[in-house]
Amino acid sequence: MSHDSPHEGDLHDHDQARGHDRSQGGSELSEMDARVRALESLLVEKGYVDPAALDILIETYETKVGPHNGARVVAKAWVDADFRARLLHDATEAIASLGYTGRQGEHMVALENTARVHNMVVCTLCSCYPWSVLGLPPIWYKSAPYRSRAVIDPHGVLRDFDVMLADGVELRVWDSTAEIRYLVLPMRPAGTEGWSEEELASLVTRDSMIGTGLPKSADTRHVA
Amino acid sequence: MKPELFDQAALTLPALPRDAGGPVFRAPWEAQAFAMTLALHERGAFSWSEWGEALSEAIAEAGRAGDADTGEHYYRHWLTALERIAARKGLVTESLLRQRRDEWEVAARRTPHGQPIHL
Repeated sequence: MSHDSPHEGDLHDHDQARGHDRSQGGSELSEMDARVRALESLLVEKGYVDPAALDILIETYETKVGPHNGARVVAKAWVDADFRARLLHDATEAIASLGYTGRQGEHMVALENTARVHNMVVCTLCSCYPWSVLGLPPIWYKSAPYRSRAVIDPHGVLRDFDVMLADGVELRVWDSTAEIRYLVLPMRPAGTEGWSEEELASLVTRDSMIGTGLPKSADTRHVA
Repeated sequence: MKPELFDQAALTLPALPRDAGGPVFRAPWEAQAFAMTLALHERGAFSWSEWGEALSEAIAEAGRAGDADTGEHYYRHWLTALERIAARKGLVTESLLRQRRDEWEVAARRTPHGQPIHL
């Protein structure tokens, strides 16, 4: 369960060429993840379950991994300048201070979206996806075509999600390594002055925290 | 997705972690285990009362082994119950499950980080 030991004779390092940090070698599965995959792959092979039907079921609930801890982290950073500074300086510590910790003490980094920079994260493929903060990864995110397109044509991927960046906004694409997981800190929507943290958190979507979406706008306010 | 499927499950399984909008999961594998159970039930692999029995059995067993039954490990017990009922119904065998689990772990280790893990 450790990424520490490099894999001797590992011939699967093609992605090095794209400039991603692949120095950590292989992926890892949690015990429960491996058990679920074992059962699912056997049931699919024998035709007892249809993988497409499973995906539809999971998609129904993909936004239902609760609570959405990441939304509260983002909302707090919007209202509390000190917390925001801490989050950008040491996200692991700032997130842990709210009581949200991952299982393996993974290192979190917060990426700040500004009027000039939009961040997008591409890797949600193995147990390195910080679901304790971000919730269940979307099904589409696991697909290899999406992943390679996000690297080759990130603007196109954003357009597919109806995210239009203003001219001159730089798009930065981040690929998690085994030890660093990213949380995008989206820009606070206009017209939300004076809102409570709770109201603000209701605007923060999972996709806005992986950079394939923007927070909901102020007119979708939840009356608490 | 048929909402009534979930309602039936919720009726049989009052302890299912949920909020007003349906079940909640804390990790992707929990949602996968849940979805597999609905899919198997839908094709008639077992009835909800059989499932309820298998789940209570797994939870009671964990309780005897010292699990505090706080809901923390709910889906761990859920998966144990699902593995067992699948074996009992002849869909899989325990030894196949063990072997396949090892294969996934090996596959993960040889897959570069960030790429989909395939057997």
